[in-house]
Amino acid sequence: MADVAAAPATPAAQDVLAQLGELKRLAVVPAFNEEASVGRVIDEIRAFDPGFDIVVVDDGSTDRTAGVAADRGAHVLRLPFNLGIGGAVQTGYRYAFERGYDVAAQVDGDGQHDPAQLPKILEPLLAGSADLVVGSRFAGPEAAYRSSATRRVGIRIFARIVSAVVRQRVTDTTSGFRAVNRKGIALFAADYPHDYPEVEATVMSVKHKLRLQEVAVEMRERSGGRSSITALRSVYYMAKVLLAIFVGLFRRYAVPVEEEHR
Amino acid sequence: MTPWAVSITAAVASFLLLLIVFELIRSRRLRERYALMWLLTGAVLLALSLWRGGLNTIASWFGVTTYPPAILGAVGALFILVVLLHYSTVISRLSDQNTILAQRLALLEQQLREGR
Repeated sequence: MADVAAAPATPAAQDVLAQLGELKRLAVVPAFNEEASVGRVIDEIRAFDPGFDIVVVDDGSTDRTAGVAADRGAHVLRLPFNLGIGGAVQTGYRYAFERGYDVAAQVDGDGQHDPAQLPKILEPLLAGSADLVVGSRFAGPEAAYRSSATRRVGIRIFARIVSAVVRQRVTDTTSGFRAVNRKGIALFAADYPHDYPEVEATVMSVKHKLRLQEVAVEMRERSGGRSSITALRSVYYMAKVLLAIFVGLFRRYAVPVEEEHR
Repeated sequence: MTPWAVSITAAVASFLLLLIVFELIRSRRLRERYALMWLLTGAVLLALSLWRGGLNTIASWFGVTTYPPAILGAVGALFILVVLLHYSTVISRLSDQNTILAQRLALLEQQLREGR
């Protein structure tokens, strides 16, 4: 675990790092029983940019996730019981909102998101061309991501539906590798979907007039733990998310308030 | 055959149920997780009330020949049982979580009072 490769010093990444220097930035790392991988994720975020504050949201783990994260010097928010990924991630955004962070990046504690790719995700935020940037596994030309056939079909169906709803091409709706600016932090702190939140969070952001951009990233195989999506759950997942998107079409949306009201 | 009055009343009632559930989700008073069962209930009842021949067929499977619409009531009652059982599990989980929250709060307050 000690030999973590530093972020590639490409000119673009250097640029991003230079611009980041002036911003208060936070990495939100949701983790549920990820003691095997969360330490490495923290080290890799530091290797990319030591100026990133890291908050690990321990979603009621029964293993040493919180201890491992605290030992590496990350801030740890320990939820008293499992809230699910939506509730856990929102805890991170609330933290970011209350502490006045300018940028928040979401990096899974299971190690499938490579922090060395953060420059790609942060670049549009820093350029001011997007409020929410999502790392997509399928946007690039050589979209090689191994997963089961049924899962790929599901991902494609959601991509079609979401693209139609947000009137913009979206290829990867379930990616949790994303970053937001202050506007996005304010929105997600106030309102974030509950279970299986990524699809809805994307749709919701666009409805709230946030500018969404996808960038191509590569993801790794999970380095520890197990995916929370099983066969039976995926049926519930589809029904729940489709219902949420449909009902969402009939809601009114306001632009989020960026300042904390006290 | 199901009398028209029964069919129409049942259809209107199930449609209203669907509408109310929809509005509850839209105004965020009902989470999708719990809405799914109610929507399923409403949809099945609506289908059974409109598809009058189907109701007879299903009634005959269960040997109900005298009054097929009784099946509507049976299906409704079954769904209500399932929903109630589900709620029991939800309440159990909530009270477990409530206990944990109270314990955490007590521990935190003690830490604050003793200033460490």
